[in-house]
Amino acid sequence: MNSRFVYFDNNATTPLDPDVRERFIQALDLYGNPSSMHMFGRQAHEGVEWARGEVARLLGSLPEEILFTGGGSESNNTVLKSVLHPDFPRRKGKVITTAVEHPCILETAAFLKRFGVPVAILPVDSEGKIDMNRYVDELDDSVALVSVMLANNEIGTIQDIADIAKLAKQHGAYVHTDAVQGVGKIPVDVEELQVDYLTASAHKLYAPKGVGALYRRKGAPLFPLIHGGHQEKGLRAGTINGPSIIAFGCAAEKAGSLLDEEYIRLLRLRTKMRDGILASVPDVMINGHPEDVLPGTLDVSFFAAEGESILLSLDIEGIAVSTGSACATGSLEPSHVLMATGMDAELAHGSIRFSLGRFNTEEEVDYLLEKLPPIIERIRKMSTISRKEVHQ
Amino acid sequence: MSTKMQWVYTEKVKDHFVNPRNVLDDEDSFGADGTGMVGSMACGDQMLVAIKVRDGKIAECRWKTYGCASAIASTSMMSEMVTGMSLEAAYHITPKQITEALGGLPEHKFHCSVLGDKGLRAAIDDYLEKNGLENPFTKSVANIVCECVGVTDQAIEAAFKAGAVSYEAIQTATGAGTVCGKCREKTEAILEEMEHLYGKNHE
Repeated sequence: MNSRFVYFDNNATTPLDPDVRERFIQALDLYGNPSSMHMFGRQAHEGVEWARGEVARLLGSLPEEILFTGGGSESNNTVLKSVLHPDFPRRKGKVITTAVEHPCILETAAFLKRFGVPVAILPVDSEGKIDMNRYVDELDDSVALVSVMLANNEIGTIQDIADIAKLAKQHGAYVHTDAVQGVGKIPVDVEELQVDYLTASAHKLYAPKGVGALYRRKGAPLFPLIHGGHQEKGLRAGTINGPSIIAFGCAAEKAGSLLDEEYIRLLRLRTKMRDGILASVPDVMINGHPEDVLPGTLDVSFFAAEGESILLSLDIEGIAVSTGSACATGSLEPSHVLMATGMDAELAHGSIRFSLGRFNTEEEVDYLLEKLPPIIERIRKMSTISRKEVHQ
Repeated sequence: MSTKMQWVYTEKVKDHFVNPRNVLDDEDSFGADGTGMVGSMACGDQMLVAIKVRDGKIAECRWKTYGCASAIASTSMMSEMVTGMSLEAAYHITPKQITEALGGLPEHKFHCSVLGDKGLRAAIDDYLEKNGLENPFTKSVANIVCECVGVTDQAIEAAFKAGAVSYEAIQTATGAGTVCGKCREKTEAILEEMEHLYGKNHE
């Protein structure tokens, strides 16, 4: 039995950083309700406000512009569903988003549509970048909100948010970016990006699950998704999750201090992994943008080998990855992101995402490069598609 | 923590996935008496089944598949089960029998084993046709209508009888036509037949 475990699925979620874990455990003793006025409440409140400052520092915002939520999906839902509020400027104005967003954006956009909100879904090119010409065509003064993700969770492509925001502002539209995959991995500054709203999530930053942040520029309209309390300035009801938020603050502080060196280190590991796969496995395709890509995300399509078979074969060797193949998730439709890049369903079914993180090492990449080629070879030997067809 | 704990399928599935039996290494040298190719690459599952027949029995069954772990395991298991079986018995092997022999598959993986038995059936059909023999089995088995989800005409009939009397209701009840949608015409034709048999407002 294999005794080695390698985690290359950091875009799905990250392990707890030991420092964050220690801070989290300490914070569990701050059991007071941060909304209470007594000493116990004040202690917890102090921790939450410290964390707010750390998250704000990582995003280049003011602490009062940070709202804590239950996670990335909740932050995204809060922004998008705000356009339904009667007091949202140009209520039922148009919403522009993209075909490669996370389902919590795409499904919320579909929900808005059912309420009569016009929604434009922008296509992307083969490298995952939005079609700027189409974007400009869709922009007019009826647009209420533009929501484009900063970096894609599957293929890692980074969008030109500052350019997108600049164009939107010319038409008076508000701009949101789902930056869940970008925060802590690439420099993220709300002033440089010129966005009005930005979503971040703690568990992508080596902190616990169940807590997210929503940056809201001062004065930008926002309405609560969850009613029933005065917490977070009345914008997000519910007892504040003090310990997780404090851990989030700790994670944000650490991500900020390690940003530059981790970017360089992960990019080096990604390059090694990419070059190693290209050198040892024939008939593969690297997905995503060649330069504007997350440093630790490598998405690869393997011709004539199905994704779930690759995933489970790697799992037997102790290597965890994820797949764009629908068969692994129970649906038969392959990844909407890969399909949006114009990839054939056949090829999308054979795609694997390797996402590296803070705790991955060069030795682990070597281990993958040792185990992967024979796995692909073995699966291809059983495949109905011959190598001959692949080359055609 | 061990990999055993992490494995999502039964040990039997894992065994057949890691050590697949009867893989068709070289189609040309095998000299099959009948071959069948089923499934669609777009759905992520495609299977090739090749058989040799001796005295009305399956002497050898070889296969290839582009598919997930359960597709590979179920075809491997099926190839072992049908070897030595009469053509008639092999023709009637069901996905349920294959999945049971594997110790079960998750519900959403059922379509993988459906394609395995359908591939075998296509290979038997091919053998009978090549030898100018009448096919006495076709009418006694269900036919796949939706290849992506593995929905049979019998499943559509059962859903109709249970109250799914529109195309949309059939989709909801069986999953047919929810992936590539190419089976819509076939499904609607079956619906029409059902309406004729049971009445349009059957519930």
